[in-house]
Amino acid sequence: MQYRGKAHKFGNDVNTDYIISGKYKFKTLDMKELAKHVMEDLDPDFYSKVSQGDLIVAGSNFGCGSSREQAPLAIKYANVGAVLAKSFARIFYRNCINTGLPVVECDTDLIAAGDELEVDLAKGVIRNITAGIEIPVKPLPGVMIKILNDGGLAPHFRKYGGFNFD
Amino acid sequence: MGQTIIEKILSSHSGQESRANDIVVARVDLVMGQDGTSPLAIRAFEDMGGAEVFSREKVAFVIDHSSPSPIEGVSRLHKLMREFSREKGFRMYDIGEGVCHQLIPESGMVGPGSLVIGADSHTCTYGALNAFSTGVGSTDLAGGMISGRMWFKVPDTFKFVCNGTLPPGVYSKDLILYLIGDVTADGATYMSAEYTGEAVSALTMEGRFTMANMAIEMGAKAGLMEADEKTFRWLERYTDKKFIPASADKDAVYARVKEYDVSGLAPQVARPHRVDNVCPVDEVAGTPIQQAVIGTCTNGRLEDLRIAADIIRGRKVHRDVRLIVAPSSKTVYLDAMREGIIQDLVEAGAAVVTPGCGPCVGTHNGVPADGENVISTANRNFKGRMGNSNAFIYLASPATVAASALTGRISDPREFVK
Repeated sequence: MQYRGKAHKFGNDVNTDYIISGKYKFKTLDMKELAKHVMEDLDPDFYSKVSQGDLIVAGSNFGCGSSREQAPLAIKYANVGAVLAKSFARIFYRNCINTGLPVVECDTDLIAAGDELEVDLAKGVIRNITAGIEIPVKPLPGVMIKILNDGGLAPHFRKYGGFNFD
Repeated sequence: MGQTIIEKILSSHSGQESRANDIVVARVDLVMGQDGTSPLAIRAFEDMGGAEVFSREKVAFVIDHSSPSPIEGVSRLHKLMREFSREKGFRMYDIGEGVCHQLIPESGMVGPGSLVIGADSHTCTYGALNAFSTGVGSTDLAGGMISGRMWFKVPDTFKFVCNGTLPPGVYSKDLILYLIGDVTADGATYMSAEYTGEAVSALTMEGRFTMANMAIEMGAKAGLMEADEKTFRWLERYTDKKFIPASADKDAVYARVKEYDVSGLAPQVARPHRVDNVCPVDEVAGTPIQQAVIGTCTNGRLEDLRIAADIIRGRKVHRDVRLIVAPSSKTVYLDAMREGIIQDLVEAGAAVVTPGCGPCVGTHNGVPADGENVISTANRNFKGRMGNSNAFIYLASPATVAASALTGRISDPREFVK
């Protein structure tokens, strides 16, 4: 899985209300509609600024707050390729793996807003093309790699009929 | 080497001795979804090829976040939940029953040593009953509904030892806000919080639920307490089921331990727009407020309403303030009516709304206007949380909210508590 795009930078503790506000998420299962409001409270123009495969780059504790799976889905449907952060909140992190939104833990201080990035998940490396550096990535737990490789938790269940990590 | 509470519960439910950082697949005793998360879980259930739920007695849906429905989009999703739960034959709590984190403890389905997953981040609330209960997303929920199992990374444990006695006018909400302010919003990320010490033992069950509820606000996966006499006495009203509590071994291994003396604690307030932006009430006292909220899964229980009514009784809510009260369940509502609490609050000028989440999550029941300040007993004050990004939310105890509703300004409740 490879993604190439521009970095959109955010700070620490970006919560799921900021990713997709409760006032929208209860109304619909239409993720394309929800995607238009993604990150709206932090950057009202975010949705229109994103090009296919661009990357959200944030500080620590990204995705803290609620368990809403609409958060990773709205990011995914806004055409964001992956989220890079120093650390993630745990429910959000699981939701990303389950729904197939790539999340990468790395030192995001090495990335500036607008930097051109190339993310190679298979090789576990990020290339900051603008800065001319490679950034190492913290590997995922084996269980999560298995779920991601199956395409998310739903395909995993279709394949095995339940959890199968052997 | 001994085990922490969460290591014990994950051991008993996975059938293997579990230690921090192990990956286990564990049996779950209850799977719960609410109206913000269940519709996506139904879609995931179908996507996974699910036919039936693993146990009709161990799955529950609750309509509480937008309840009753304020718009047709929500109505469609509620209908989907009603039809799905009827077809699969499991329990659904419809509008007016209350907020999931009060209803599930009242259901008697959860007790000491239980393992629960819920598609709501405040599922950690049942840690007050010595249950490992944690929030998951909709897809995990669907997996749990089908298989009755869930995978977990066994978390490290952060032990909070709270010594001393809370002074009058200072409550468990003030204590948990103080702890969150101290360790910050990611201070316990991926850890299990264990609350212990004489100040925790001295709390009522209601007070304990408040502390467990807010464990997620420091990133924790669980907020656990030991079961004691109070736990079992509280449960007696709702079930005669026998539970096997999990208690931490003396030589359990903790990743972090912090000790606090609560005897000098003042009422605490979390300022906009972060739950860990906490200060003693006197630093923000005098800030004008336009709306006050008493309720939610954090502080909508009988004791909370009683504390508020004791301050408000015989007085009037300030003319510039809307006071909104949301009892956390029908049972709480009825108990409060019997005690005359509802009468007192309404006579003072409160608007009582349907038992449920109330205005906490910005869907209905009191969206603030631009530039307005709200003081609330809820657990989150993120920008836009209550439906308006241009409003400001302060979090506090029911006593502080009640006192502020009377004066129209953030006020120290100790001036009102006899």
